[in-house]
Amino acid sequence: MENNENLERLTNIVADFTSLVGKRLPDDVAAKLEELSERETNPMAQMIYKTMAANQEKAWELNRPSCQDTGLIQMFVSVGSKFPYIDELADVLKEAVFRATQKAPLRHNTVETFDEKNTYTNVGTKSPWLYWDIVPGDDRVKIHVYMAGGGCSLPGSGKTFMPGEGYEAVVKFVLDLMTSYGLNACPPLMVGIGIGTSIDSAAYMSKLALMRPVGSRNGNPLAAQLEEELIDAIDKVGLGPQGLGGSASVMDVHIENSARHPSVLSCAVNVGCWSHRRGTIVIDSDLNYELLTHKGVEL
Amino acid sequence: MKKVLHTPVSAEDLKDIHVGDVVYLTGHITTCRDVAHRRLIELGRELPIDLDGGAIFHAGPIVRSTKNEDGTETHEMVSLGPTTSMRMEKFEKEFVEQTGVKVIVGKGGMGPNTEAGCKIGPAIHCVFPAGCAVLAATEVEEIEDANWRELGMPETLWTCRVNELGPLIVSIDAEGNNLFEQNKVAYNERKEAVLSDLYEKVHFIK
Ligand code: SF4
Repeated sequence: MENNENLERLTNIVADFTSLVGKRLPDDVAAKLEELSERETNPMAQMIYKTMAANQEKAWELNRPSCQDTGLIQMFVSVGSKFPYIDELADVLKEAVFRATQKAPLRHNTVETFDEKNTYTNVGTKSPWLYWDIVPGDDRVKIHVYMAGGGCSLPGSGKTFMPGEGYEAVVKFVLDLMTSYGLNACPPLMVGIGIGTSIDSAAYMSKLALMRPVGSRNGNPLAAQLEEELIDAIDKVGLGPQGLGGSASVMDVHIENSARHPSVLSCAVNVGCWSHRRGTIVIDSDLNYELLTHKGVEL
Repeated sequence: MKKVLHTPVSAEDLKDIHVGDVVYLTGHITTCRDVAHRRLIELGRELPIDLDGGAIFHAGPIVRSTKNEDGTETHEMVSLGPTTSMRMEKFEKEFVEQTGVKVIVGKGGMGPNTEAGCKIGPAIHCVFPAGCAVLAATEVEEIEDANWRELGMPETLWTCRVNELGPLIVSIDAEGNNLFEQNKVAYNERKEAVLSDLYEKVHFIK
């Protein structure tokens, strides 16, 4: 009985957190937008940043999702092997998305493939999409909740290059994407890049890269340097907010990498829009929670 | 000074408006997206509303509807955000010609077909900053009419009375100039320049 009550509580915590993510940007993203806004010199871009800020304020004040596209929910789950609700967690997360859909309310964005029917619940076959990671010995769970909007999911793509094409091909692939699809994905963008041995691992890493806080750098100094060079390069293209021109194009560029087979160099890119609705919550075995991305907010 | 267009908008009103200008709209605007365009242009069905001199919004809003005691309904705009205009590109020239619509609001650029439509109309295409759906919703004073409800909430033609809806950034003007196309040329030039610098820095495979 007590177990049921706890599961109910856990479900509601994740549901409330998911609604929160739709209404308020994480602290790091909000701070970055403010910084870009202050740094901006192009009057049109300044006006757009102001409009964005006004929208976020209104969303919070009126308790509404800040963008009409509340996306499809994806979660990265790092669960401790001793977390007491590990067995039920997958079901809990699905139910939480269902509840958030009613409460927030989130737009109905889940369309079953092949049947091509909207489920009207935001849950469906393998949806929410969950990535699992088991942490040995830990008794907590850490979840990144991400709302993948349609516009910012569209640029997602990848390619496996021959090593002879080198990292030159990688940077060209990234830049080409910025001036084609990136433009309409509501810049300033979060750019996630995965570099590794096959397209699936690169794709996974490119999305994981978007979960990192703004301003964080890859642990490998060369990769970290490339992150900064790419920020600089993409900013120089000058996409500006909404792709209408301005002194910045990105909020950040994150690279995640793995070792590769000598014969291949895989690269994948995922982008997040300015309304980068990502949240990270840690829940312990007594169901106390901490919101790493939304400090000072109570669920 | 704020440039405010009032519906019905005339050809004369659009004369001095150029790409990159910022305008606001007061009067009426109707949400109108994929299916409505398809119905009018492909299926030849007449629109249930008169758009002559009017404005459309490429948007799939979130609306809260409540039943009144007398059986009528009241609708409240919760969220009104632009959707990608490019999806309507293949219909827009004929749409402008057939309806006389003067202001098209959406997200991102549109192409040559819309440019042609804007010249003939004349009409303009504007961008409302995407992701700012709550702000747009608060600029709606009232939803006055709802047509084609059977299409579901996103596709229903919601006719809204708005007060200074905006900022609307003009992306195609009545002369057919296209801001996004102009920008793209500049972006691609700058891209080539930064790439040649970057290539020198990524010789990791030696
Ligand atoms: S790309 Fe992001 S901000 Fe733009 S409409 Fe989609 S979800 Fe909203």
